[in-house]
Order: sequence, then C-alpha cells, then structure tokens
Amino acid sequence: MKINGQNIQIVSGAKLADILFSNGYDKTKICVELNGNIIPKKNYESVIVKDEDSMEVVNFVGGG
Amino acid sequence: MFITVNGSEQKTDIKTVMQLHDLSFSDYDVTILNGYQISEDFELKNGDQIYFGKKNVFPNSKELEMLMAARHTPFIQDRMRNATVGIAGLGGLGSNIAAMLSRMGVGHLIIADFDTVEPTNLNRQNYYVDNIGERKTDATADILHNINPFITITKHFIRITADNAADIFGECSVVCEAFDSPSEKAMLVNTILEKCPYTVVVAGSGMAGTDDSNLIRTEKKFKNLYVCGDNTNSAKPGMGLMAPRVNICAGHMANAVVRILMD
Repeated sequence: MKINGQNIQIVSGAKLADILFSNGYDKTKICVELNGNIIPKKNYESVIVKDEDSMEVVNFVGGG
Repeated sequence: MFITVNGSEQKTDIKTVMQLHDLSFSDYDVTILNGYQISEDFELKNGDQIYFGKKNVFPNSKELEMLMAARHTPFIQDRMRNATVGIAGLGGLGSNIAAMLSRMGVGHLIIADFDTVEPTNLNRQNYYVDNIGERKTDATADILHNINPFITITKHFIRITADNAADIFGECSVVCEAFDSPSEKAMLVNTILEKCPYTVVVAGSGMAGTDDSNLIRTEKKFKNLYVCGDNTNSAKPGMGLMAPRVNICAGHMANAVVRILMD
C-alpha cells in the first residue's frame, strides 16, 4: 500500500492501527485520510488495509 | 463612461484620474484606483473605482468604511465580507491570523480560547501590556475592532473539545487550527473533518526556533485540509516560539484562508 506517496509492504488482513504503529506514528498526534476519506480515530482498530489502498497521514508537531 | 468616485457612481467625460483630482478633489492627498494607491496618472476606464482621501483628518464612520474598502481589491472584498471563518486558539498563530483576516475584511470571525493574556505571550502574540490579565477572546475582539470596526466577531471563552468543536465552528467555511499541543491539533482537525464535511481546515505544524524562513510552506494534505509550517520544528526547551517564524506561519495560514475563500 501507499503511505504519503511511498510504497510499503503490508501483511494481508493488517489493521490500520498496526500499520500506523509499525511506521512510527503516535495515534494521538495524527490525522489519517484513506483513499480520500477521513478515518475517525475510533475506527483505527477496525479498519483493515489492503494492498491497493492509498493513505495520507499528517503528523502534528507542537507550537502555535 | 461610468466610474465610481468615493462610493457614488457617476457619468463622466474626464479623461484621466489626475484631471478628476485637479478638477474636484484638489485638496485630497491620497488617490486610490481600483484598490491600488497611485502617484502617477492613469487614463480613466469604464467601471473604474476611485477614492480620494485626506491625510491627518479623522473620518466619520461612513467615510472610514469607504476608505478601508478602497484599499481592498474589489472582487476579493465581496468574498471576504460574506465569509465566516473560525479561529481555534488565540496564541501566536491565532491572534496574528485574526488580525490579518480582520484587515482583509472577513465579515464574521468566530474566535475561541480558554486562556488569559500573560506577559510571556508578548514575545509573539498580538497583544499589548495593557491586555495582561484579560481573556484572550476579549482582548482579541477589542484589537480586531480597533483594526476594522465593520466586522462581526463571535467570542467563545471555552476549551475546545471533540464534543463542542462542531457546534462552535459548524457554520464556518474555513477553520484555522491554532493550538499549541500536537494532540489538541489532531483532535480539532479530526473532529472538524469528521463532523463538518463542507468546512476546510487550515492547520499549523512546525514553526518554532529560528530556522530558515523558507522551510515554512503551505501544503494541501487532504481533500479538506491544508497544513502550514515546516512540519518538523516542534516547540520544546531550547527551541521556543518566536515572533518572526510564528508570524510567517500565521501569514501562510491567513493567505491559505483567503485563497480558499476565493476558490
């Protein structure tokens, strides 16, 4: 699948939460758009990602 | 040929702006043609908007509104006046974005913050010593109305949460995320994008320290999300938030709002 335009390898049946964790994301500091749709944080554990999926992750840093 | 002079449309045969000035407005010092202050002469064209103003004379309310509108590029001003924009957080980003959008003439600003102004804010936030101890919502509203008395400001002195964000900002076409902590940023952006499908969010991420100005940029990340910042330089001990980069980022965010409203 693609994360922020880069191809990554996933195991079949992987949960979105696992993919985010294994790629170093802290789920409290991010927003996720999967195939053009915003994914509510409460669904990270239930959404299963597929090879053809394209995901954008925004990771916020502090200050404002 | 029809032109608009100081707000009133009139038919004219006069050929140039300076001829008009010399004929009827010779004691006026400032000449603005279609939103741009001129010193050389221009040929008059059908539909031109011309304002003549006086320096060092305090205008009445009607004249003030007209003169402020004079400096706005006409077709941009209509979009701004009819817009409702939310600003979540009135710190370094939010207080400065609010000032810029009020100068742009955005007709309705919904501002929210739960905090009061303290001395350590003054290194980068758009407040003054006189504001210390005031609610940021009150201080910001006063400052904005001193910049532009002709805009509507709705104040929310409250901590924004996932439960109240959509109620507070639901009517906004654009919401600026201007919080400090990354988890609060993510909470607000997730909540608005989930619950308000017609609202675009402009968020800030990465503007601490004194790194290169040009690392700060505006990127469209999602269908309804723009992120401004360097995406890297987090505020932390040894790398504080300082006025220049915070203002650069606030400028990116304010211009992103304007561009979204013009789209």
